[in-house]
Amino acid sequence: MSLVVDLFSIVAIGAGVFFFLAGTVGLLRFPDALSRLHALTKADNLGLGLVVLGLLPRAESPLAALKLVAIWALVQLAGASAAQLVGRAVRRKGTAA
Amino acid sequence: MSVLQALDIGLAFLVFAVAAWTIFAPGAFAATVGYVVYGLLLSLVWIRLFAVDVALTEAAIGSGVTGVLLIGAAARLRATESGAQEKSLSGASRVFAAALCALVALALAAVVLLLPDQGPSLAPQSMQHLAETGLGNPVTAVLIAYRAFDTMLEKVVLVLAVVGVWSLAADRYWGGAPGEVRAELPEPTLAFLAQILAPLGILVGIHVFWVGADAPGGAFQGGAILAAMWIIVMMARLTEAPQTNAVWLRLAIVAGPLVFLAAGVAGAIIAGGFFAYPPGFAKPAILFIEAFMVLSIALALPMLVAGPPRREPPR
Repeated sequence: MSLVVDLFSIVAIGAGVFFFLAGTVGLLRFPDALSRLHALTKADNLGLGLVVLGLLPRAESPLAALKLVAIWALVQLAGASAAQLVGRAVRRKGTAA
Repeated sequence: MSVLQALDIGLAFLVFAVAAWTIFAPGAFAATVGYVVYGLLLSLVWIRLFAVDVALTEAAIGSGVTGVLLIGAAARLRATESGAQEKSLSGASRVFAAALCALVALALAAVVLLLPDQGPSLAPQSMQHLAETGLGNPVTAVLIAYRAFDTMLEKVVLVLAVVGVWSLAADRYWGGAPGEVRAELPEPTLAFLAQILAPLGILVGIHVFWVGADAPGGAFQGGAILAAMWIIVMMARLTEAPQTNAVWLRLAIVAGPLVFLAAGVAGAIIAGGFFAYPPGFAKPAILFIEAFMVLSIALALPMLVAGPPRREPPR
């Protein structure tokens, strides 16, 4: 049983790390601010979500698991809002550089 | 080398890299962003050093509130920055400044490396008397019981900082509200964020203060989280900064050090020593003092961010 849980954690966290890597590569390589933002927010939300998913079975208590999910939800909220604000600032400036 | 050791070394290099990037960053805004990232990385370092209380403070104050203050300063300096760069330091004085900084860094590194393996420590005594304070967190015991006088003076510094910022106002604005007259509607995205985040953040801030008696947390960290919530609500223009001559505001800002000082004097009369707490009653007294400190911090920090009064007080 513990082997199955370990495998699940490794696969989920590994996938999460891959999304973080992809998002970082996108942030560094994409040509303009809006697509860089797109790479960052999508990949980070999914990446952190998968890392949290992988950590859930290892949480000490249901309350700790709930805290992990709450952290993911708060990061989603902050990330989406910040992306909106940066996107609006880019559009107001008129340049997408 | 274990995985954790590799992580620690990687983290240390990252801290160095971000610090260097902050120094060489083009412009004040970029440097501020680098500084905030640096602070967040530093709080991870503190966690690896098992100093969770310090990590919380670094993240909330060192990185968070200070970051907002610096971004505000960078935004105000933006107009003058292009002109200021032309008058920047000459090559020789740059080299001199860099050499001086390197010397200080080397001296600090030497001091750290030359420390005896088993440094002098008051930790055993601190743990030995922890039960007398009724607390479970030795850091809170140091702050509010063993070194109470220092902590009280820190809160006085915060009040002085607010007075200093307000003193930057022109005479006719003294006592007025900080910030420009509300010109725009609430920023919709920020307003959305503030409306969802503020209730949660207030809960978390009070929780962090409350658990500080027995677990990592405390008045400063909790107060800083509450302050951040007020800052974001003001940034979203859901509310405006209050008049700086409002009696409730001024009373609340001085309440923390005032109650702390009163408790210290009461200790001299009741418990036989300045800042002594009566046995068996230490924990309620400490939490009572801390509650007022949280109030003062939660109001003083946003008023620092809001800046000097820029509107005439109503007659």
